[in-house]
Amino acid sequence: MPKAILYDSTLCIGCRACEGACAERWGLPYNDKIAAEETISAHKLTTIVTHGDHFCRRLCMNCLQPACASVCPVGALQKTALGPVTYDAAKCIGCRYCMQACPFQVPTYEWSSRLPRMRKCDMCSVRQSAGKLTACAEICPTGATSNGERDALIAEARTRLAAKPDQYYQKIYGLSEVGGTSVFFLSAVPFEQIGLRMNLPRESMPMLTWRVLELLPDVVSTGSVLLGGIWWITNRRAEVARKEGPRK
Amino acid sequence: MTARFQKVVPKITVWRAIFAAILLSGAYATYLRIFYGLGGSTNLSDKFPWGLWIGFDVMCGVGLAAGGFTLVAMVHIFNIKQYRPVLRPAILTAFLGYLLVTLGLLYDVGRPDRMWHPLVMWNPHSVMFEVAWCVTLYSTVLFLEFLPIVFERFGLHKPLEWIHRISVPMMILGVLLSTLHQSSLGTLFLIVPEKLYPLWYTPILPLLFFVSAIGVGLAMTIFESWHSSRAFGRALELPLLASIARVLAVVMSVYLWIRFLDLLHRDAFGLLLRNRTETWLFLLEIALALVPTALLYQSRIRRNPAALYFCSVMVVFSFIANRLNVGITGLEAGSGTHYIPKWSEIAVTLSLVAVGFAIFRVIGEHFPVFEAHSAQPELVRTEEREVDPLAVG
Ligand code: SF4
Ligand code: SF4
Repeated sequence: MPKAILYDSTLCIGCRACEGACAERWGLPYNDKIAAEETISAHKLTTIVTHGDHFCRRLCMNCLQPACASVCPVGALQKTALGPVTYDAAKCIGCRYCMQACPFQVPTYEWSSRLPRMRKCDMCSVRQSAGKLTACAEICPTGATSNGERDALIAEARTRLAAKPDQYYQKIYGLSEVGGTSVFFLSAVPFEQIGLRMNLPRESMPMLTWRVLELLPDVVSTGSVLLGGIWWITNRRAEVARKEGPRK
Repeated sequence: MTARFQKVVPKITVWRAIFAAILLSGAYATYLRIFYGLGGSTNLSDKFPWGLWIGFDVMCGVGLAAGGFTLVAMVHIFNIKQYRPVLRPAILTAFLGYLLVTLGLLYDVGRPDRMWHPLVMWNPHSVMFEVAWCVTLYSTVLFLEFLPIVFERFGLHKPLEWIHRISVPMMILGVLLSTLHQSSLGTLFLIVPEKLYPLWYTPILPLLFFVSAIGVGLAMTIFESWHSSRAFGRALELPLLASIARVLAVVMSVYLWIRFLDLLHRDAFGLLLRNRTETWLFLLEIALALVPTALLYQSRIRRNPAALYFCSVMVVFSFIANRLNVGITGLEAGSGTHYIPKWSEIAVTLSLVAVGFAIFRVIGEHFPVFEAHSAQPELVRTEEREVDPLAVG
């Protein structure tokens, strides 16, 4: 069964324990200075962002139909059956199309490295395959970040919305955005107020390019016949002209 | 002759100095790129991963080289032989264009040592994968199309014959590949509906990219003929260029009409009322396309070399503006950031363009690229028929 993460902004106290656990899981440095950076980057794959009284978390949404995986020319990014979207640094050529394509602006790049890699959260793919929780969900002291089966988490989110209708904005972010994600957000206020992007298509992003790409064999075959045919016609005319030419 | 030569010398020296300065700064930028990575040589960021090297070097480079496939199709497939004299320069430009695009990519890609990966690690769902294959295959085709010029230069008749035997399928393949490639550069941006400003984001981006590439290909042909006629002291084939200008006017009209319909059907005209940078950039781009198109419908303009040149330059600029808008400026607001290229990005770009001009010149001087420099066109035509069996007219 596919896994997911549920982040409930109303329960988050901004302790940044998830940031530290994530840094440890990736072997990245973590200190007060890095904790103060409220953006994700190649050395900080998740972050808590303060929006007035509210907190929000930024991490890879591990989309059901990830734009990043569809655009990667070498297939370095893969959506696994378990839910995580994984990255194979050995394949990556560094074209950064995944960064351009990701609707959540998640992938980051090791800009100052001579042999750079793309970096992003992969929902602790390795830990989850071993049956463990993601590092962030395991450490979260309030249950603001929880990890489990996708269906169960959706049910849990609905229960929370129904139980405290006045405390929640009555929507689950991630259910239908770009065709659904594996990370859900709950919030007390409308999502744009905690910095979540709202102008996203409801359909899967890869379809946008696939609709054109799938025409490719048709274009090539029809084009060859058409161009070949035109060549044949025009040169037949030329042949005739050449045969008749000397007689004139 | 000597007087003329002396007049030319100081001019060349100034140009050479500029050329050297550009190459020097390019070399330093290259050093920065290699030793300090993309971070040390560009202003790119996590929010703005593509900059000048993609927006100009790749997107404009490929487009400016579009004259190659347009003229191959016109001359060899549609059999309009009158355009023959400008075919070879166009193929040469296309070949150089692609060479420079490949070089530009070596700078831009984070791991240039892995440039070959897409050829073995496939992902047919990726537009970038298609682009990679098209660039590789089309560069090969252009190389083969360019080979006869080399063989002729060294009088190698056997390989010349062999090349001619496969030339028809090769040309068809070439035209198809560039059709795919030109349009797929537009397809690249179909995946960013939430980022690209709606004046440019449209599901028909691939079509628009294709049609505008044909337009700029023709404009570049006029542009080059004008320059090479000055550089190599050849007479300008004015009647020929005037007739290309006619085709150009029609192609640009079709292009502008499609863009009008696109805005109409997407209900996007209201956007033009907003006082935003995007609105002005869009209007600039359209004006640069509209003015030369209108002018080229007048025979007075088409018969005036300077006016013709001016019009073709405007079309080229309109094309560049469009590619930069789609690839850079139109994405800034949606990405929530600003991007201004670093000096080193500009230095590399200018160096690549300068190297392109230089190679064109050297090849133009030493290889039979320009066919019609003889004063007796009749004679040339018969000669052509001998060396090139495809030139049956
Ligand atoms: S959020 Fe972005 S990086 Fe993460 S899976 Fe979705 S498209 Fe890929
Ligand atoms: S940067 Fe790497 S992972 Fe991202 S699309 Fe390019 S090759 Fe794939």
